[in-house]
Amino acid sequence: MSGGAEPADPVSAAVASAFRDERAIVLATLIRQAGDFQLAEDAVQDAFEAAVAVWRRDGVPANPGAWITTAARRRAIDRLRRNRSVADRAERLAELTRLETQHEEPSMEDETTIVDDRLRLMFTCCHPALAMPARVALTLRALGGLTTGEIARAFLVAEPTMGKRIVRAKRKIAEARIPYRVPADEELLERLRGVLRVVYLIFNEGYVATEGDRLVREELCDEAIRLGELLCRLMPDDAEVWDWRR
Amino acid sequence: MSQYMLLVYEEEVDSAVQAEREKVTPTLLELHASLREAGLLVGVQRLRTVESATSVRVRDGQTEITDGPFAVTKEILAGYYILDCADLDEALEQAARLPMAGWGTVEVRPVVSAEEWVEMARQAGVDVSDEAINDLA
Repeated sequence: MSGGAEPADPVSAAVASAFRDERAIVLATLIRQAGDFQLAEDAVQDAFEAAVAVWRRDGVPANPGAWITTAARRRAIDRLRRNRSVADRAERLAELTRLETQHEEPSMEDETTIVDDRLRLMFTCCHPALAMPARVALTLRALGGLTTGEIARAFLVAEPTMGKRIVRAKRKIAEARIPYRVPADEELLERLRGVLRVVYLIFNEGYVATEGDRLVREELCDEAIRLGELLCRLMPDDAEVWDWRR
Repeated sequence: MSQYMLLVYEEEVDSAVQAEREKVTPTLLELHASLREAGLLVGVQRLRTVESATSVRVRDGQTEITDGPFAVTKEILAGYYILDCADLDEALEQAARLPMAGWGTVEVRPVVSAEEWVEMARQAGVDVSDEAINDLA
């Protein structure tokens, strides 16, 4: 992190660093396991809030990512138990509970799994059945961890407007069953164009900034570059991905 | 005997007004039962809100997918398909196979399952029996 005032106490710093490094992976994993974007996002948020209190009491765990993953899954189970209106509720609860009773976490060191989940998340956020502004907003929220307020400021729209867009997009994902998967090879190129456009829009929004909150906009550039590099690593053979970097 | 399609149009309303509308569920149950008894009912399904709609067009061999319902008023409803698909991607893929997508638009709308329909009515405080799942749709 450049410049900004880092929190002084080690617990806050550990939570902030886990948020930055682990959130997208934990979220992607939980969306896949729970099959629900909103539920997963709420549960991950709960887990990070809980981490502040628990880590202060018990100390920072050796593997913060694994701690957050487990805590988030338990929160997801709690939320599912309370919410009777969710379709396939029983099925989802069974799957989450099964994972809960497994002793071994699916190895967090397994680089390919992690990379794959992030890629799936990116393709879900950038699905062509979602309107372009919604794709950009969802990508920033899911992969960049930006708040609705930050995204709204960066794109110079009112926060409730951005909030509505995000809520609507998530509802469409659930209701229309937009799948959480990397598209088949033959669709990949076409989809990738859309994904790249989103990343490009995010970069542009940060780069062209002449007004608004400058800090957030620098963050947009950084985020776009990070997403672009991620795509380069994931799809090293695609010329357009590399082109984009110039 | 001829077959007729009854297309239901309504304005989308906020959740409070929608909850009020769900109260017609018992009336619908009776209506569907009487239509069935008279041998008139071929099928009835409820669609999800237009917010979950996606439009598919094929132009110059390229599939164009857009968020939202079709919006060209010159185009008229010409027919329909009900498909069982694993997810939206499969539905969009099949929609693009229709030759009509080459000159018109295929609007893809998720159908509300009977279970969900009953659940929606219950959420709105309407007392519906479990058997309604078989009778409603």
